[in-house]
Amino acid sequence: MHHEAPIVTFLGLQFNLANILMITIATAIVFLLAVLSTRKLAMKPTGMQNFMEWVMDFVKNIINSTMDWKDGGRFHILGITIIMYIFVSNMLGLPFSIVVDGVLWWKSPTADPAVTLTLATLIVGLSHFYGVKMRGAGAYGKEFFKPFWFMFPIKIIEEFANTLTLGLRLYGNIYAGEILLSLLAAGLATGVGGTIAAALPMLVWQGFSLFVGAIQSFIFCMLTMVYLAHKVSSDH
Amino acid sequence: MLTNSFVLGAAAAHSGVNWGDIIFQLVMFIILMVLLKIFAWGPLMGIMKQREEHVAGEISAAEQSRVEAKKLLEEQRSLLKEARSEAQVLIESAKKQGDIQREEIIAVARTEADRMKESAKLEIEQQKEKAVAAIREQVASLSVLIASKVIEKELNAADQDKLINEYIQEAGDKR
Repeated sequence: MHHEAPIVTFLGLQFNLANILMITIATAIVFLLAVLSTRKLAMKPTGMQNFMEWVMDFVKNIINSTMDWKDGGRFHILGITIIMYIFVSNMLGLPFSIVVDGVLWWKSPTADPAVTLTLATLIVGLSHFYGVKMRGAGAYGKEFFKPFWFMFPIKIIEEFANTLTLGLRLYGNIYAGEILLSLLAAGLATGVGGTIAAALPMLVWQGFSLFVGAIQSFIFCMLTMVYLAHKVSSDH
Repeated sequence: MLTNSFVLGAAAAHSGVNWGDIIFQLVMFIILMVLLKIFAWGPLMGIMKQREEHVAGEISAAEQSRVEAKKLLEEQRSLLKEARSEAQVLIESAKKQGDIQREEIIAVARTEADRMKESAKLEIEQQKEKAVAAIREQVASLSVLIASKVIEKELNAADQDKLINEYIQEAGDKR
């Protein structure tokens, strides 16, 4: 079940070409979806504009549930982009995967820890940036010694733990889903009987993965806002 | 081989970290966010805000026109009330004026009648007096005539003497 990854080294950096491909595809899909559905904007929304406005309101509610809109309004665009990008990424690996000569090309970009941890690190980094920017370095620094000074090491560990859990939760869910899908597809469906036997669990698991992918994108967005709120709000 | 698939990082279990992927993901995500902000979320937020303002404006306009209508209604109502009371006052005053006029007319008529009566009385009096005077004159002249006739007939010498004497006597007594 383990496929090779198409790794190339360029300028001393390792590139997984499958990741590059899937990241680009996911980005392009999100971009096209968003831009095409907001081409014809009207005061009376129709079709896709309704959907996009629903997404915006959904993210707005997530932000409102964690912090003041006065503080959180600036994260609206970040939130919408994250939830859409991660949802689309999670969905990409569901219908099929493409393996060429034992090299896995088509998969969810979020089924790679490097990608999810990058996003998680970006979020946590942003939370620190906005923490300093919106509350000042003093107030930001003091948070590490509250409620007691000896909590400092725990607080430091918390930051790294947040990053790791945020990224690995997403990675684990999506990767596990795809592993099971490929197990069902390649491991079980070897003969006619096996294919028939594998069809039903495939269907069930794909449905479940759809659910998991949607939930995970929601959780990622939610936790993003929670971490940001933790840093930028003075009362929590 | 199967268990190996479940191990964390199995997909990246080659050698080291794919820093290229990380950088690529970061850059792509930031580019996506910026592009979406420019091409999708920005306009969408703009139209949502515009709609929000439109709705708020419509609501406040409706509220305002409602208040205005209420005010107008109140104004009309008070105007109607005023007009009604004014009409009442007008009727009252007209009635009063009619009464006064009636009184006046009656009084004028009465005084006129009185005056006419007075003048008639006066004229009657005058006529009467004139008639009386005329009668008196007539009587005087008639009496003189009668007297002269009587005197002519009755007065003889003896009586004349007696009368003269009487007068003389009388005149002497008074002295």
